[in-house]
Amino acid sequence: MSIPILEMRSISKTFPGVKALSDVSFQVARGEIHCLVGENGAGKSTLMKVLSGVYPHGDYSGDILFDGAVQVFKGISDSQRVGIAIIYQELALVPEMMVYENIFLGKEIRNGIVVNWNETIKRASEMLKKVGLDVNPAEKVRNLGVGKQQLVEIAKALSRDVKLLILDEPTAALNETDSENLLNLLKGLRNEGATCILITHKLKEVMAVADSVKGFRGGRTVCTLDAKKGEVSEQAMIKHMVGREIDNIYPPRKHITPGEVTLEVKNWNAYSPELGRQVLKDVAFNVRKGEIVGFAGLMGSGRTEVALSIFGNPAGYDLSGDLMIKGQKKELRGPEDAIKHGLAYVSEDRKGNGLILIQDVKQNVCLANLLEIAKRGVVDGNAEVKVANGYKSSLNIKTPTVEQKVVNLSGGNQQKVSLAKWLFVKPDVLILDEPTRGIDVGAKYEIYTIINRLAQEGMSILLISSELPEVLGMSDRVYIVASGRIAGELPIAEATQEKIMHLATN
Amino acid sequence: MFKNLQNLLRQNIREYGMYIALFVIMVIFTFTTNGIFISSRNLSNLLNQTGYIAVLAVGMTLVIVIRHVDLSVGFLAGFLGAIAAIALEKWGWSVYAVVPFVLGLGVIGGLITALPVARLGIPSFVASLAGWLIYRGLLLLVTESTGTISVTDPVFVAIGNGYIPDIPEIGILNGIHKVTLLLGIIGIIFYVVNEINDRRKKQNYNFDVLPMNMFAIKLLFVAALVGGVTWVLAGYNGISWTVVVVLAVVAIYHFVTTRTVLGRHIYAVGGNPEAAELSGISVKRITYIVFGSMGLLSSLSGILFTSRLQSATTTAGTLFELDAIAAAYVGGVSAAGGVGKVIGSIIGALVMLSLTSGMNLMGVGIAYQYIVRGAVLVAAVIFDVATRRGAR
Repeated sequence: MSIPILEMRSISKTFPGVKALSDVSFQVARGEIHCLVGENGAGKSTLMKVLSGVYPHGDYSGDILFDGAVQVFKGISDSQRVGIAIIYQELALVPEMMVYENIFLGKEIRNGIVVNWNETIKRASEMLKKVGLDVNPAEKVRNLGVGKQQLVEIAKALSRDVKLLILDEPTAALNETDSENLLNLLKGLRNEGATCILITHKLKEVMAVADSVKGFRGGRTVCTLDAKKGEVSEQAMIKHMVGREIDNIYPPRKHITPGEVTLEVKNWNAYSPELGRQVLKDVAFNVRKGEIVGFAGLMGSGRTEVALSIFGNPAGYDLSGDLMIKGQKKELRGPEDAIKHGLAYVSEDRKGNGLILIQDVKQNVCLANLLEIAKRGVVDGNAEVKVANGYKSSLNIKTPTVEQKVVNLSGGNQQKVSLAKWLFVKPDVLILDEPTRGIDVGAKYEIYTIINRLAQEGMSILLISSELPEVLGMSDRVYIVASGRIAGELPIAEATQEKIMHLATN
Repeated sequence: MFKNLQNLLRQNIREYGMYIALFVIMVIFTFTTNGIFISSRNLSNLLNQTGYIAVLAVGMTLVIVIRHVDLSVGFLAGFLGAIAAIALEKWGWSVYAVVPFVLGLGVIGGLITALPVARLGIPSFVASLAGWLIYRGLLLLVTESTGTISVTDPVFVAIGNGYIPDIPEIGILNGIHKVTLLLGIIGIIFYVVNEINDRRKKQNYNFDVLPMNMFAIKLLFVAALVGGVTWVLAGYNGISWTVVVVLAVVAIYHFVTTRTVLGRHIYAVGGNPEAAELSGISVKRITYIVFGSMGLLSSLSGILFTSRLQSATTTAGTLFELDAIAAAYVGGVSAAGGVGKVIGSIIGALVMLSLTSGMNLMGVGIAYQYIVRGAVLVAAVIFDVATRRGAR
């Protein structure tokens, strides 16, 4: 057996108060796709940050051997130099620059001190062909969809002679087609001899591409599975990741007879002056008390636009149509007004517009309903802590104290904080936009349980999700959104993945 | 016990760093000036000079917290100071009409700056730079025919130069300003009672509180500080009206920013405007409020400055805005938004003014003074960034 391209020996890394990695060792063989799986906070990303030099040598204990030699990385540039490239979930492209500029950014092809643009464009085109991306290299990155941007990022990495490509949740923001393309690309690159480390929560993807799988739990490695020996299965991975077997990913639910209609929308049209096009056309739907209504559809189909246009229209669309809350026609002047009328919107982008990362848990939880804990405009700090502690225990938010800054929490726990914030508003209608994106199986199950409980208590829930199994597993009724229209409505008994996909893609 | 203290310091180094810096600067100048720096007279002057920058720094803190900047405040202060002088001297208005009138104009000025920022998303740098030019022009316009306008109204002049009255001599503590001393003592008692109440409330909720000995040290430290300053001030003319005004502004703004719903909303907008908007907070409204308050404090600064000089000049307010911005940054406000305390900015203003005052006493040339102040500014910000990274 040849020497592995990468070997990490007993890596340990401690943050103040937390042991993020304890004694982790692992190897990656040449030309394989090695998947890292584990709950959020299990240590996968931390390990990759150690590997890429984000945490410089001396910040951790243990050894890194790359290409058979011990490596001491003082920063990201050191790891790049030996041929390690890491692509994060948040893309590192300059939106205002063109594709070819981005690909060679920081490694410009030059003649003396001037950039050789012709050669740059030529080489960029080759790279784009290699990753199977058919766009004009002179297109601005901002005009590309997330899936294509991801491919540009990979092209950028490949242009630098990478020996090891690390992808941290590359498909989290992609729709199914783009995800599939990306995975096929990875397989193609592997067949040409490239080595990849792939971090993902989607076990189906692991099944599709992995040559070997490393399971993480609580900062340790708990298993190594080899695909050739047939060890890789969803059940096996879940078992190792959570330390228990999960038979059912979706908690059982008592289907109650839904009550009166709480929210109804008719002839709903939205025009975005910013984009210069119609984003919603003739949308109509309703949701009843105690009902979970799923909104399925591809990324960019208009699901989020539906939610935002109802929730006080912060994006400033030109709206027309009827919005009825509890049978009464309303016009909402902004999110503030929407909240007053019993709506709540848990945003899909918790870091971008959901939470205030630099503030602590209690401040985030109470933000949307400060008046509840204030007397004559003065916030009762003690009541605030009490409220936050209440949600901390009822939603099982894992944080040492509610004074912890939200930026320090794992994705699943951030999502719970976001949920807590909106529950504290005590809404009648809760709009959940991708509530489980980027969070692990265990936390997902907890969030599903909470959603079910809320519906049982009489809340109306609008569940927007890209994951079809989630929509099918949770909803009472499903609307399918496609190109800004409601393409169909299915009662849960009749809904299948195939039917939904059929409607969503037509 | 010592270990406890060390821990406390380490955990809160960012918060206490500024106080320590101020303390060190004061000690150094006390030595280099043979004690003149810490004398009653100098300290009293120092506080009075800080006044008009301090109120601007308070307003600027909030502006920077919501990720904006307001460059127009210096000349707005200068212009409104001139308006106050004109109203008093030329129109013959009573001082009790002039002050609210000018303060009202200040609010309007702030709202005008906010208008393009909030409604059209124009960068505040540009909008307020336009204000800087316009107010400078207006200041010249109203002063150029007459040049400097002297102000003689005794009440108005007292705002920047007068001291709170004292009770007549009663035989003991001769030469000491007794009302000042009394206020200091009341202040200390108020602080201690408040802290004890707060601690008790927290204990009732079973929240973490400082250990008893640490708590006592903290109380003792603050009491000694307030007591010391009051004693020094009482040895000269007592507390000036300027200090009263600044203390009132700081008390109100500290309360609003730390305890009220409005304060939370301001910091939420600074921390993440999109999230704030979706949480039902109107970012526009907060922008108007913060710039309106900045305008209000600009006019207050103009009143303090005009009163202190007893005249309105053609160059009043020059570079005030940059002094205020520097004070805010030295005081730990983050340019990334959402972080910064009113008290910090006041300390920042005191640090910068102490440097000027101390170096003046030492006879350091003005050229070196600028260089030293620049170095201190950048050092303070580096310290702030470094400790923040450490806290992660």
